[in-house]
Amino acid sequence: MFSRKRWKEAGTAYTLLSPTLFVLLLFVIGPILFAIYLSFHKVQLLGTASFQFVGFDNFTRILDDTRAKIALWNTVKYVVIVVPTQTMLALVLAATLNAGLKGEKFFRIVYFLPTLTSSAVLTLIFMWMYNQNGLVNHVLEFFGLPTYNWLGDPSVALNAIMIMNIWSTAPFFMVIYLAALQDIPDSLYEAAELDGANAWHKFWYVTVPYLKPVTSFVVIMGLIGTFQLFDQSYIFSGGSGGPNNATLTVVLLIYQYAFKSLGTMGYAAALAFALAIVILLATWLQRKFSKEESLY
Amino acid sequence: MRLGKALLYTILVLYAIVTMIPFLWALSSSFKTLEEIVSGSISFIPKDFTLDNYKQIFIEQELFPRWFMNSVIIAVTVTMLNLIFNSMAGYALARLHFRGKQTIFMIILAVLMIPAQVTMIPNYLILKQLGWLNSYQGMIVPAMINATFIFMMRQFFINFPKELEEAAALDGLSRIGTFFRIVLPLARPALAAQAIFVFMGSWNDFMRPLIILSDPNLFTLPLGLNSFKGQYISYWNYIMAASMVFTLPVLVIYAFFNRYFIKGISFTGGK
Repeated sequence: MFSRKRWKEAGTAYTLLSPTLFVLLLFVIGPILFAIYLSFHKVQLLGTASFQFVGFDNFTRILDDTRAKIALWNTVKYVVIVVPTQTMLALVLAATLNAGLKGEKFFRIVYFLPTLTSSAVLTLIFMWMYNQNGLVNHVLEFFGLPTYNWLGDPSVALNAIMIMNIWSTAPFFMVIYLAALQDIPDSLYEAAELDGANAWHKFWYVTVPYLKPVTSFVVIMGLIGTFQLFDQSYIFSGGSGGPNNATLTVVLLIYQYAFKSLGTMGYAAALAFALAIVILLATWLQRKFSKEESLY
Repeated sequence: MRLGKALLYTILVLYAIVTMIPFLWALSSSFKTLEEIVSGSISFIPKDFTLDNYKQIFIEQELFPRWFMNSVIIAVTVTMLNLIFNSMAGYALARLHFRGKQTIFMIILAVLMIPAQVTMIPNYLILKQLGWLNSYQGMIVPAMINATFIFMMRQFFINFPKELEEAAALDGLSRIGTFFRIVLPLARPALAAQAIFVFMGSWNDFMRPLIILSDPNLFTLPLGLNSFKGQYISYWNYIMAASMVFTLPVLVIYAFFNRYFIKGISFTGGK
């Protein structure tokens, strides 16, 4: 009787899990194994598909590939600038919003607009603003600052995407900070006040340390998101990664090798694994770093 | 203290302006004539206010309504399937005892760590083999579950009061019957937050449709917009009008469900 009940419960569980297991097997676990296989083969899809074993060639090829180096360099530059900036901006905005001012709700709704809008629409709006004769240059001119050919000049095109994405992602992380800020007990601030702390001291010595776990989460999410930059560079450059490879990111390069050129799908799979390892390494470093810091 | 408050308000207002300007600029451009667009005017108020752009985009590109429908069909189906399937999986993992539970849970956690680029290429080949490229099912089936939300639903059901289910069992309801009739209706707040995120993710997705769909009749809005931009590259009045039309539905949804948004984010935010 007991074991029949257990069997029945297991049956129910697997019935409830069946759609999940189906998708996991067919579109996640299967593909991961398939991707490993692909990364060791030269893939030809034209006519009858052929898979030719090439050992580690696809991986060693990465080291000789100039475009891969450019893409990695662009992506790393992007990550190193965007992640800290958006995290700080999110924290400052959240702390300001949480100060108990009137109209908090209104500001929260306004700030959240970019998060709601699709990357395609946002990129198009910014391309229009970055136009040579566009709004951004007019504003810069007004303040007597130099103007740029944002879309066409290789030295600034990636910066244009950075500015846009900091602007559009920071509010999302702000909301995460906001929720955590509301959990900080008032007694901590009161104690600090008794010790003669001013507003800046309270922010720096109470708020920031208290939010450390949330910051860690925000940074990891930021790392994962920024390493996978694709939509914006694709739309910005019409899929080429131009001008002069300035907006070429690792994911865009993977896309190009996989779907836009012949016979390089296996190589693209190898690049995808390399990217996965880079992301894993970055999040691992972040964790290690923030843990060691908290020992002090 | 008063000075401090003024400073805080200044920060808030300045950033609100920074946030609003791109949207207001896009909105105002969508009411301008091509002449004014080309002239490089930076007035936020159109010189000759016109609604022509909104009419014209549907004439120039008759596929726009089609793209809109494709986006709606895909996003709504993906959202509904996710709600049901993620909850089912989350409930099984939270409440039922069975062999293999730990393994399945660990796999779901591991899936969260794997970047989509690794599976994107093999998925393309698998969908191609199935004949699902350029089809709704190719867009829907691989996206009908989501590891993040399975995890979230599991957390939700772990804290769910057991007494209700026990009462339902005494009344002779089966485990699956209890789940669909008692548990799921009470999970509404968690479902609402999830619905918004899944819908937005699907509605705004660019990469998956870019890979799976090549037939313009099946394009979703982001893809359609991108190809429209390719055709009408200097007609920014059209492009902005189209962008505005397709941002509207999400804004309407946000206006109605805005409190679930905040809840949902703090829920996924590592709690």
